[in-house]
This record gives sequence, C-alpha cells and structure tokens, in this order.
Amino acid sequence: MNVVEASGLGKRYGRTWALRECTLEIPAGRVTALVGPNGAGKTTLLNLAVGLSAPSAGAVSVLGGRRAGSPAALDGIAFVAQDTPLYKNLSVADMIYLTRSLNRRFDGPYAKARLGELGIPPKRKAGKLSGGQQAQLALTLALARRPKLLVLDEPVAMLDPVARHDFMATVLAAATGDGVSVLLSSHVLTELERVASYLILLSQGRVRLAGKVDALLATHGQPSMEELAMAYLRENLSEVTR
Amino acid sequence: MSALTVPARPDGDEAVPRPLPWRRMAGVTWRQHRFALAGVAVLLGVLAVYEWLTGESLYHAWVAATACHPAGSATCQDLVRAFPENFLTLGSLLQVVPPLIGAFIGAPVLARELETGTFRYAWTQGMRRWRWALAKLVLLAAALAAATGGFGLLVSWHFQPYFGTGNQALGLPQLSPFDSDVFSLRGVALPAWTLAAFAIGVLAGMLIRRVLPAVVAALAAYAGLAFAAGLYLRPHYLTPLVTRDTNVPGTAWIISQWWTKDGKFAFGFPPFNLLNQFCSAPPGPSGKGGGGLSFTQCLAPHGYTQWTSYQPASRFWPFQLIEGGWLLALSVLLIAATIWLVQRRAA
Repeated sequence: MNVVEASGLGKRYGRTWALRECTLEIPAGRVTALVGPNGAGKTTLLNLAVGLSAPSAGAVSVLGGRRAGSPAALDGIAFVAQDTPLYKNLSVADMIYLTRSLNRRFDGPYAKARLGELGIPPKRKAGKLSGGQQAQLALTLALARRPKLLVLDEPVAMLDPVARHDFMATVLAAATGDGVSVLLSSHVLTELERVASYLILLSQGRVRLAGKVDALLATHGQPSMEELAMAYLRENLSEVTR
Repeated sequence: MSALTVPARPDGDEAVPRPLPWRRMAGVTWRQHRFALAGVAVLLGVLAVYEWLTGESLYHAWVAATACHPAGSATCQDLVRAFPENFLTLGSLLQVVPPLIGAFIGAPVLARELETGTFRYAWTQGMRRWRWALAKLVLLAAALAAATGGFGLLVSWHFQPYFGTGNQALGLPQLSPFDSDVFSLRGVALPAWTLAAFAIGVLAGMLIRRVLPAVVAALAAYAGLAFAAGLYLRPHYLTPLVTRDTNVPGTAWIISQWWTKDGKFAFGFPPFNLLNQFCSAPPGPSGKGGGGLSFTQCLAPHGYTQWTSYQPASRFWPFQLIEGGWLLALSVLLIAATIWLVQRRAA
C-alpha cells in the first residue's frame, strides 16, 4: 500500500505554481523525508495530502486510494502543522479532551503516560509550555489518535538540539514500534539522517528525486542524504544559472 | 469520489466511516468559548441588575403618579415631574449590546483559528469540517439568543411604564412601542439582532481571517444594517394607516404627514408665507401658530386638510415578528455561507 499517491499534482497561488506536475508514490511502513530549500513546495504538498487545500491540477490520494481530506482519510492521518499550532489559552488536559472528542480513536492512557514521562503538567496552559514541550504535546496528541500515517510539517525547525533529538526519538519509536508510516518535511537534514529510509527532494515546486535512501545514495555515489541533497541542489542551481 | 465505492478495507476499516456524534461538539465548543460566554454573562448580568434596580424605582414613580388624585393637584404634578425621563440614555446605551456581543463573540470564532494557524489542527481531525463549524456556530448562536432573549424580557418590563396609554393625559412621558431606541431591545428583536450581529461577525472573521479587522468590519456592517433597517425597512413592514383625524394617539408611529387642498397634494410641511398669512403669528418651535392655534386649526378654514400616515401601536407584535423573521433568515443565510466557505476553503 502507498500512504500517498500523487499524479500530475499541482497547486497554484495566483499566478505562481507552488507545486507542479508532482507524480509520486510514498510507500507505507517507512519514514519518508520530504526535503528541499525554503519555498520548494514542501508545505504545499503536505497541505494537499492532508486535505487542507485542494489541488489546482492533478489528484492526490492517501492510505491506499482514499481521497485526500475525505472523512476516511482524516480518520487515518494525524497531522502536526508547522509551528505546532495549539490553542494557547487551553490547558494540556483541555487539548486532550478536544482531540479525544474530535476523533474516533484516541488512546487516552498513552497520551497521559507520554505527557507524564515528558513532565508536562495537565493543568498548564498550552501557551505556557516551552517550544519543545508544545511540539511534544502536539506530537503526543497526534500519535494518541493511533494514525496509520503521521504527517509532520517542519516539526523540529523551531526546536533546540536537545528538544529536536527527543522529538525525533518519539517519532522513530512510533514508526518502528507501532508501524506508523511517517511523512515529514524539513530543511534541516541532520536529524533526518537517522530516521528516514525514503527520500523526496523538492525544489522550485518540482519533485527532483524520489526513492529509497540507500538506493539513491548508491546510484548517485554520495555518502549521506545531506550530501546527496546538497550535491543535487547545487547541480540543479548551476543548471539554472548556466 | 472513488472512496465512496471502495468496499470495506482488508484491515477492517470502513471506507466511509460513520460521522462522529454531534454531541461531542458540545464539550468542544464549551471548552473553547467558555471565557467568551462568561464575558457575555457578566456583561448582561451587570446590565440586568442595573435594569432591575432602575426599573423598580421607575415602577414606583409611575404607580404613584398615575394613582394620584386629584390629577391636577400640586402634589400630583410633583409626582409627575419626579417621573424619570432618562429612558433615552439607557435605550441608546443598550443599542450597543447586540453588536458588541455579536462582533466580539462571532468574529473570533473562525478568525482566531485562521490567524493563529489552529485551523490546521481543527480541520485535520476526524470530525468533519462542516460538522465542526455547524455545531459550533449553532451552539454559540443558541446560547447568545437564549441569553439576550431573557435579557430582552427584562428590558421590556423596564420600559413598560413609558407605554401606558394614559401617560399623555397625565403629562407623563409617552413612548411609542415603535420608538427606534426601544423597538429593537424588546420582544424577539433583541435576540434576533444579536443573532444577526453574530452571523455577520462569523462571516467577517472567515473572510478577513484576522480578529481585530473582522471585529471592526462586523461592527461597521451591523451599524449600516441597523440604520438602514430602522430608516427604510421597518416603516414599511405593513402598509401604514392613513387618517385625516389630527388626534393620532401618542403611542402610534407617525410615518409621514402632508396636506391637501381640493383633493390634491398641497405640501408636506406648510410653507412659512402661508402660515404667516393664515395663522396670525409665525409658528413657534412647538408647531403652534399665533393665538394657541395649531397649524391644522388655522389652515383648515382655508381648505387645507392634514393627512397622517401611521403605524398603530397594536401592530407592535406583527412588526416584531416580521423583523425577527427576516433577521433570523439573514442569520441562517450568513452562517450557511460561512460553513460553505469553511468546507471550501483552501489553505
């Protein structure tokens, strides 16, 4: 099963195409890294996949053929948006209540245990938590929904290195332990190296590379994902400027 | 589309899951909007206490003035003078209740989600987006309508002494129930106007996507609507009655007055030279001509007839229902449009 399938997918804002002719298949059971420079179209692609926006061209389906944004799709996908939006004036307990009420499945004991481990007090207002704690709370709420696919948009961009490490550890535990497929975007490649086994490289609204990380590294003769991406983007850039 | 026809998935999931029950939205709405609703409760509570206390003294003064015998005595005149005439202050003050509640509760509902980015959380949960919006808006609208409806009863009670049919004869202030300062505060008009303000605020929030500009836009739109309704719509809900009787009751709402001569329209207001000619002295500010004669009395012998079109006080409730009806329809329309936009909106 593919967790995301896009064919000829495009999104236009006014006259600018944020994403163009995107055709790809993201396999289930993996952590997929969506990388590329700022403005490459990563957030656009994720928003289309979770149904927050509608395509201008082409089509996207998730979890083996469910229309993106359809009730069946939303039941199986948990999305943590950029800057982990939470209701700042609600307490942690209220956020749990909301997420439980708004979803068919919600693993309350998991959420409580996880927040306990993280030392996040239930009565604290979400807005009063540190950036790392807010990200962890958003991630915990998403994972407690027991999704088949977890989508994370720039989850660690705002976090310090320790919080970043802890966050990715939680993601990796969910992926390896519970078999959750993960699709995460980032322009910071260092943290993705350990966790991602599938790579999609976007730049200027187009898919430049897509495939298993080891296969891509072997074909392009690069030692690491970071260097592969860097090499590709440089090459691409020189192509454009030439 | 294809998802609708796909049979049950091998892992046991339904292709089209049954929607989550509506009742779950009650707790969600309460938790997200309890502070706003508490603010409304405090505002209306403080105003209600004030209404109650001033209303009590108003009733006492009114009962004392109307029960006094003989009516012309100095004691009774003192009682009549003691009757407070501050209804305009309070009436004008209360005009701002519906727009304030509507704009400050309605506009942030969606604008705050869009401004802070939490819509990315709310609209990617299992609850369908339109159900989330519909349930929230209906629950909040119902809470506001109930609160302002109850408050409207108190306002109606408060102003009752001013509508006494015998007031004019006793020299007490007499209000028409159509008086623009109180009509929209009584009966079903108050909750209906609050509902309209809420719906305007919600739609403004969805369109503008930022709380403060949406609040300002909602207040402006409400002011325009209220002004236009009072000026252009309300006088014409029912065809006004027309009479040549100059003793139109003080509780009636005078729509217009004009004069005819020989069965033809003469003028809307008597021209000054005519008054100078026929009424022995120029008119004073009270509309009385010289020698204490009214325009009607000094113009009638010269073939002029005064006509008055008016809405009788007995039409108060039909007018309330008409106004409440179209405001409710407008609110439903605006909320429906908002939900359509929520469902359609592309991030």
